[in-house]
Amino acid sequence: MNSPAVQRAENAFVEFIDGPITSFFGSCVHCGLCAHACLFYEETGDPKFTPIYKLEPMKKVWKQNYTFWGKLLHKFGLSKPLTEEDLKAWEPLLYDSCTMCGRCSMVCPVGNDISYMIRRAREAMVASGYAPEGLKQATLRAATIGSPMGIKLPALKAKIGHIEEETGLKIPMDIEGADYLALLSSNEIMMYPEYIGAIAKIFKHAGVTWTLSSEAYEATNSGLQIGSSDIAGELVQHVVDAAEKLKVKTVISPECGHAYTAIRWEGPNLIGKKFDFKVKHILEVLDELREQGRLKTTGLEEAALTYHDPCQLARRGGVVEQPRRLLNMVAADFREMDEHGVMNWCCGGGGGVSANERAADWQLIAFNKKKSQVQALGVNTMVTACANCRMVLEEGIEENDIQVEVLGLTELLADYLDTK
Amino acid sequence: MDTALLIWAKSTGLQWATIIMLLGLTMRVIQILLLGRATDLSEARNSDVMSAGIKTIFRRFVPPQGMLQKGLLVYLSGYIFHIGFFIVLLFFVPHIQLIDSTLGISWPGLRSSLIDAITVVTLLALIVLLLHRVWNPVLKLLSTPEDYLTWALTFLPLLTGYMAYHHMLFEYNTMLALHVLSVEALMIAIPFSKLSHMVTLFLARWYNGAIAGRKGVQS
Ligand code: SF4
Ligand code: SF4
Repeated sequence: MNSPAVQRAENAFVEFIDGPITSFFGSCVHCGLCAHACLFYEETGDPKFTPIYKLEPMKKVWKQNYTFWGKLLHKFGLSKPLTEEDLKAWEPLLYDSCTMCGRCSMVCPVGNDISYMIRRAREAMVASGYAPEGLKQATLRAATIGSPMGIKLPALKAKIGHIEEETGLKIPMDIEGADYLALLSSNEIMMYPEYIGAIAKIFKHAGVTWTLSSEAYEATNSGLQIGSSDIAGELVQHVVDAAEKLKVKTVISPECGHAYTAIRWEGPNLIGKKFDFKVKHILEVLDELREQGRLKTTGLEEAALTYHDPCQLARRGGVVEQPRRLLNMVAADFREMDEHGVMNWCCGGGGGVSANERAADWQLIAFNKKKSQVQALGVNTMVTACANCRMVLEEGIEENDIQVEVLGLTELLADYLDTK
Repeated sequence: MDTALLIWAKSTGLQWATIIMLLGLTMRVIQILLLGRATDLSEARNSDVMSAGIKTIFRRFVPPQGMLQKGLLVYLSGYIFHIGFFIVLLFFVPHIQLIDSTLGISWPGLRSSLIDAITVVTLLALIVLLLHRVWNPVLKLLSTPEDYLTWALTFLPLLTGYMAYHHMLFEYNTMLALHVLSVEALMIAIPFSKLSHMVTLFLARWYNGAIAGRKGVQS
């Protein structure tokens, strides 16, 4: 007899196995090529990090329920059923060694979207209770306080106070009918609040109106990272309610990759309803302002720099050209890494890895990929557009004791605004 | 006796194998389509997912950036054995004659000596892939008995065909009967194993391309 945890996992796997997943498992020829797409395998050479191997428990359930032989063997009690040990053994593989970067999905010769499967396999892990403690706590805080880092409104207001003092600009809150409702990520509020000042400056310069919402200021979605559609949907609903209440036409996803995936691509599906407003990443908004001639800069950053594509923004989000056009406005010496854009390498801390203390060592090992990419270019400045990437990169840089500075693209643009 | 076996294999046997293969593959496709996919409610960046999916079907025939060097052996042997297999299957004159006699369509074939050489190269590529599967840590971890069984089922038709052509081991008609039977074993195994990728990969690639295409990424 199955334990309740196994039963719950099995039910969830079955619920999430759809046409694409059946075609993916059914087509896999065990060629092993996906291993070479994954930074965890590439940096360790450990076969257990092969992307498709991370899905063995889901594959077991698929075999048993969706294939001729699997069903037959299962009937006669001859198949190897999913066990509690499987769940325990695969939990670190599914969470600690996968950033859901989606690189494997770009290379599989039979076309498997492995990252799509991992996102869904995590739902079954959550159902069974096997998920990393760090992510569970973050998700709990997100569900109760509305912020995975537990940032309450007074804390945000205090940060805003400082920024208003520094910039001399008012940070609008709960303004009905503004052009844009801006969301923030936990990391931005805690570690890079300069972002808030930067958008305030840029929007004033561009002559557009914007606002924050005191009811939904967080875009970070731990529900998506841990694999709980219920909680992810609730978090999205907060934003939808705020956007509707303030009657804004566009919601801006902050410099954060997974937040963008959560609200832009998964959001409507999580709440089961199309949005009445548009969702854009801040870089999309800035690029539109540039195109309309409302974003003017002066002067150039002379230091040689490169751009780190956040996976969820580029490969999984389609925001690839915007950052390049924007960077070229302000950078005198912009150099591309060998593999960039939709084939970029992850920073090593996406998909909840950075919120999962147990994964810290693997995250650092994975960072070596970025390190060698940057060193090959010989630049000392890396620009990015995700506060989580930025934090992970800074951690890696510090641990490795290398001289590289990481900047947020929005802030860089704000520094070169033509205010005349 | 051996002539009887050969006649059975080339008529009834082949008919049944074809029926099982086609029906089985159809079932696999129907299963995938019936399971389907929830409607995506997010606003598409590119709503032409159909052509994005079709582009991915074609793009995945070639290795993406940076992958050829890393998987050189698998890519090369993989190309050689797939292409070799299909050339031998479709351009060996007796094969064309068999197709002509049942379906009434034919096309020019290749010289037998050339087919012979291609067969040898294809067999070698398959052996390389087998050794790689046995030795490479990643493949060792991923491989199941099914991988070895399907390897053997792919290898045997080429091997028996080669042996029949060169009058090796058994008397010609016996060897030829074994050859046809090995092809039938392969055909029957296709829908029930990973060999079904010959059809399902088009769906897998299409889904992959359509999902990414919606977001404005060509995968
Ligand atoms: S690359 Fe694709 S077909 Fe090959 S092992 Fe990985 S998932 Fe399977
Ligand atoms: S999504 Fe990225 S980290 Fe996860 S298995 Fe695929 S390549 Fe590796």
